[in-house]
Parts: sequence; structure tokens; C-alpha cells
Amino acid sequence: MKVLVWLIPILPAVAVLLNGLLGRRILRDKAHYLGVGSVGLALLCALIVILRVIADPQHPIEAKLYPWIFAGSFSVDMGLMVDSLSAVMLFVVCGVGFLVHVYSIGYMHGDPSYPRFFTYLNLFMTSMLVLVLADNYLLMFVGWEGVGLCSYLLIGFWYERRSASDAGKKAFIVNRIGDAGFILAMALIFWTTGSLAYHDVFAAAADHQITTGIATAITLLLFIGAMGKSAQIPLYVWLPDAMEGPTPVSALIHAATMVTAGVYMVVRSQALYLLAPISMDVMAGIGAFTALFAASIALVQNDIKRVLAYSTVSQLGYMFLGCGVGAFTSGLFHVMTHAFFKGLLFLGAGSVIHAMHEEQDMRRMGGLRRHIRGTYDTMLLATIAIAGIPPFAGFWSKDEILASAIKGGHVLWWVLGLCAAFMTSFYMFRLIFMTFRGEERFDTEQVHPHESPPSMLQPLRILAVLSVIGGVIVGIPPENGLFHKFVAHAFHNQGEHAVHAFHFWPDVPLMLLSTVIALGGLYLAYLFYIQDPERPKRLAEKFAFAYETLLNKYYIDEFYDAYIVRPVKWSTDALWSVDARVVDGVVNGFGAFTRLYANWSGIVDRWVVDGAVNGVGTVIQSGSRAFRLIQTGVVQNYLLVMALGLFVFATIYLIAL
Amino acid sequence: MIPVPYYLVISAVLFITGAIGVLMRRNALIMLMSLELMLNAVNLSFVAYARMLNDTGGHVIVFLNIAVAAAEAVVGLAILLTIFRNRETVNIDHLNLMRH
Repeated sequence: MKVLVWLIPILPAVAVLLNGLLGRRILRDKAHYLGVGSVGLALLCALIVILRVIADPQHPIEAKLYPWIFAGSFSVDMGLMVDSLSAVMLFVVCGVGFLVHVYSIGYMHGDPSYPRFFTYLNLFMTSMLVLVLADNYLLMFVGWEGVGLCSYLLIGFWYERRSASDAGKKAFIVNRIGDAGFILAMALIFWTTGSLAYHDVFAAAADHQITTGIATAITLLLFIGAMGKSAQIPLYVWLPDAMEGPTPVSALIHAATMVTAGVYMVVRSQALYLLAPISMDVMAGIGAFTALFAASIALVQNDIKRVLAYSTVSQLGYMFLGCGVGAFTSGLFHVMTHAFFKGLLFLGAGSVIHAMHEEQDMRRMGGLRRHIRGTYDTMLLATIAIAGIPPFAGFWSKDEILASAIKGGHVLWWVLGLCAAFMTSFYMFRLIFMTFRGEERFDTEQVHPHESPPSMLQPLRILAVLSVIGGVIVGIPPENGLFHKFVAHAFHNQGEHAVHAFHFWPDVPLMLLSTVIALGGLYLAYLFYIQDPERPKRLAEKFAFAYETLLNKYYIDEFYDAYIVRPVKWSTDALWSVDARVVDGVVNGFGAFTRLYANWSGIVDRWVVDGAVNGVGTVIQSGSRAFRLIQTGVVQNYLLVMALGLFVFATIYLIAL
Repeated sequence: MIPVPYYLVISAVLFITGAIGVLMRRNALIMLMSLELMLNAVNLSFVAYARMLNDTGGHVIVFLNIAVAAAEAVVGLAILLTIFRNRETVNIDHLNLMRH
């Protein structure tokens, strides 16, 4: 079982290596054999592991490989763990991931960088699986950064388009801000509890070893990380731009899995959040505002993918709202159902774009129902699911979140959530009506919409089934269904959990209210876009200011550009000029001075020192020239001189005697 | 018995012959042989004086001299041989590398 758990992230990693090394030369348009095959095998392993967890949810599977970092009191294991929470994420990531991989075979067919696409996509799978399977915060952070990197690579996949590479950079930089929060949170967790392993940290939290103040700091910092990754106010701006990437990427990374990593992390850390009521309130507030804010922008967007992008931001807001009001499991439930229907919506949108020859503007679509029936049917099911009409999947999870908000006494958040739900229903049916109904607003001579190949349609159908039944099977009764009981096992030793029994009052009236609101949005969309297509135009002219504000996304990008990006650029320019003038000036001044000194020193060396040395040499040379005459080199001469000397001395000696 | 001065005269004649050989000849081999002659002249005078003064010290010095002469001949001939191999001459006038 341990090996199986490790195989799940390693299989796509192997495919990354092979595809990355051999893809361009050897595999080419067969790259999907490896890319899809490895994910399929990983899905198989994951299903076995999930079945084992379902069979015995009390005991998570622990798969420690070796102590990864070991320095003094700081130790981190290279360890994976599958409990019921990871199992849910594992199912979502592997399941949706596999379907998106299959879909990509058709969607990316013929792209010159086909192997590169699958390399990146598999690298994403590896990172995401490490993220959800890690048994400590540091390893989770490795996956967290990995998915951020892959997000950057895939948004900028068509890097020859300027807007795509800019969007990639924007996503990466905005995510960095969140990651800084995550790193600080990890430092604080280690400083407080002396460990980064989930088990130790949550045991310490349950034991009340962490004071409320510290817990608040940790959880707020973690939430900053989640804000970046899961696109919450104020760090949501990268997600709509991320739609520059290929559509399967939008479906997998920017709707179903990566952006929910923040929610997963919050749900995982719920033991800490429960110690910090302030963080919970902040999270609920930001979630509710994001839900409403993004939904209002989505009302008037005309790019099919942008509507879905803002819808994703809005739905992520719901998830954080759920977590913030204490309904962590409901938040996770929404992660799962959202992965089904939003993944489906994006893949459907990809199918539409494919059919329309890369046209994304809904104003130039319409009447597509007749041409691409399969896509229409599946997208309609997903739309009903996200709008929150029972018994489709989205209803159960969204209604639970709203019910938890009102039952927890957060009336304001509840009202905001309801407004956002109304808008959601409206803009999603607007999308369906504008795209598939009414008359054809494109040039029927030039564009002949065609249905997508089976490799694209089959994933749509599977996701459609999940969108329909994914909620009702595991979500009944609300807040106490199979899903909730299963996930609760992951937290059974982490403090109290109120078990909400299902009561007729107030649950049934609340459910009815949600349904009515969803149907209201549907009816309004019908009035606007089917009954009288001129009505939205008149309304837009009448409320031009509001319309313009929404269309321009509240001018948030312009605001950030003016108040954050440009001051940062300005200050870097200022720092650069300091660098260029002062620092470089000092360095160059030193250089010039050194050169001057060296020149002077060179003159002294040449004339004084060399002069002295050469002078000594010259004197000795001329002196020795005289002595050289004596040295004839003839041995007999020397001997003769010696003999004569001996004779002279002997004579003197004898005379002296 | 032959008187001592006879020996001394022969010794002197031998020594001068050797000295002149060393000074005059250009062949290094001949010079070495002349050097040997000078050594033996000295040996002869030592032995003569030893007999006259009835002192064995003279005999001992002679043996010492013979040993030293043998060693000197070995080293000298070895050097000469090496020089000859390198320069193909043992003419002392041509061996003036040090001068240049």
C-alpha cells in the first residue's frame, strides 16, 4: 500500500522525464501515450488507495520514505499520508486530471508543442498530488510551488503571444505574494510547535499549546497564501488573465484543482483555524465579498472563458465563506462538486471555441445548439448544477454553505451569498443563452461549427454524470451525508465537531429559498436574452456608469497598476538611478584613483627601483671585465702561476731564515 | 748500502720531471700520469727519510699516499672518460667552457 501511495505522484513524474527528454525528437504526436497513460495508471493506484481508505477511514495510510531534512531540532520527513480528506482531493485531482488529459488529446491535436504540453500537464499532476498527499507543511509547500510553476508555464504555453506571457508572469508574481505568507506561517508554526508535520501541529493545537494570538497570526498568514493560490480579494486579479492558457489548462488548473489548493490547505489546517475566531471571520468576510464581487463582474463579460473565470473566483469565495463560518466539510464538498461542473463548463467552452475556430466572444456566437448538440447538453447540465437547482450537484454544496452561514448567525454573509447565488444563476444562463440559443450571430458563410471528436466529448459526458449525481449521492442529508461522515474521520481527534442533524425547520425553507433564487436568475436571463435580446442593450445605456464599471471589472487592474505596479516601478527606477550614479560612481571613482596611483607607482618603479637594480648590475659588470682577463681558461697557466707563487714564497722563507 | 742523498736526488729528479709534465703537456691523460709521478717521487723521499731516521711513521704515510693516489686516479679517470664522451677530446686547452 505504501508503494502504491508513492506510485501515484511518481508515475506522472516519470512521464515528465520521458516526455521532456524524448518528446520533441521521438514521441511528437504520440506524446499522449505517455502523458495520458501515466495519469491513467496513477488514477488506478489512487482508486485502490481510496478504496482502502473508505474501508478503514479511522486509520490513515502513512508512507514515510526517509527523513528529508534533519538539522538540529528541525526535521522533516519525506512522507505521504492518505486520510479521508486527502482521499477526496486525490479522487478529484486524479479523476478530473485524467479526464482533462484525455480531452487534451483532441483539443491540442496538431499543436507544434504537443509533447511540451503533456510534459507540463504531467508535471502539474505530480506537484498537485504531492500537495494533497504530503504529511507535513513543507512537503505541501513543495507541491504548492510546483503547481504555481506549472500554472505559469501553462498560462504562457503560447508564449509567442505577448498577452499570454504577460498573464503567466502576472499569475506567478501575484502568487509570490501569497507564498510569502505561507512561508511566514510555516516559520511561525515551527517556532511555536517545533514541528511541521500535520500530526504534531494539530496535536499541539488540540492540546491548546498554541495561544489564540499566535494561532490568529498563523492562520491569517496561511490565509494570505490561500488568497494568492485560490484567487481571493485582493489577490484574485491573476485568475481571469490566466484564461490566456489553453482551455484544458483552464479547466484542470484554474478551475478544478490548483485554485482549490488554498481551500484544501485551510480545511487541512482547521484545527488551527478553530483556535482563531478572528481569522475565521476575516475568511468568511473575504469569501463572501469575493463571491459577490466576482459574480457581479461576470454579469456583463462577453468572453466565454472570462465569464467562467470570474465564476470560478466567485465559487472559490463560497468555499472560503463555508470554511469561515465553520462548515469546513461543506467547503470541501463544494470543492469536489465545483471541480465536476466547472471542469465540465471549461471543457465545454473549449469545445465551443474549437467549434467556432478560436472565437471566444459570445456576441459572435448564438444558435450553436443545432450544431454541437453533445456539447450543449453537457454544458446545460453543468449550468443547472452551478446555478444551484436541485437535485444537481452544486445545489447541495452551495446550499449547505449558505445554510451554515445563517445558522451560525452571519446574516450579512448569508445575504451576500444569496445575492451572489442569484447572479451566478443569471450569468450562467446568460452564457448558455448567448452561446447556444437565439439566432446565429456569426458569419455562416465562413464559419461552420462542427462537433468535437469523441476524445473531447467522452470526458464531457462523464463529468456531466458526476455533475448531476455527484452531490445527491454523497450529500444527503445535508451536512450529515456520507461525504461528511467520511471526511470527519480525518479530524476525529482534533477537538469538537458539532454534528448537524437535518431538521425540517429551518433547513427545508432555506433549501426552497435557494431554489427560488436560482430559478429567479434563470427567469431573468430568459427575459433578457431569449424573450427580448434588445433589453440588455437598453438597460446598459440607461445605467451606463454601472455597466461600464462592471465591464471594466471595477477598474481594479487599473487601480493596481496606478497604485502598486507603477509606484513599485518608479521606486525601482529611483533605486536604479541611485545605483547607477552613487554606487557606480563610487566604484568607478575608486577605479580611476587606483589607476592614477598605479601609473605614478609605475613611473617610480621604472626609474627609481629598476634604475637602482640596473645600476648595481652595470657597476659589477664593468668591474668584473678587468678581472676576466686573468681567467685564461688554460689549466697550465694556473698551475704555472701556482708553482711560481710557491717558488717565490719558498725563496722568501729561505732568505728570511 | 746506498747513501740516503742518492735517493733524494732521484726523488727530486722524478718530481721535477712530473711537474714539468703537468705544466707542459696538453693531454689531460698525460697530465694525470705526471701527477702520479710527482706523488711517487714524494713517496720515495718519505721512505728514504724513514730508513735514515729509523722511524716507521714515514712508511705509514707512504701507504696512505698510495691509497689516496689510487682514489684520485679513479676519480680523475672517470671525469676524463665522461669529458671524452661529451666532447670527444681531452685536450686541456679546449676544455674552457667556464670561461665563456
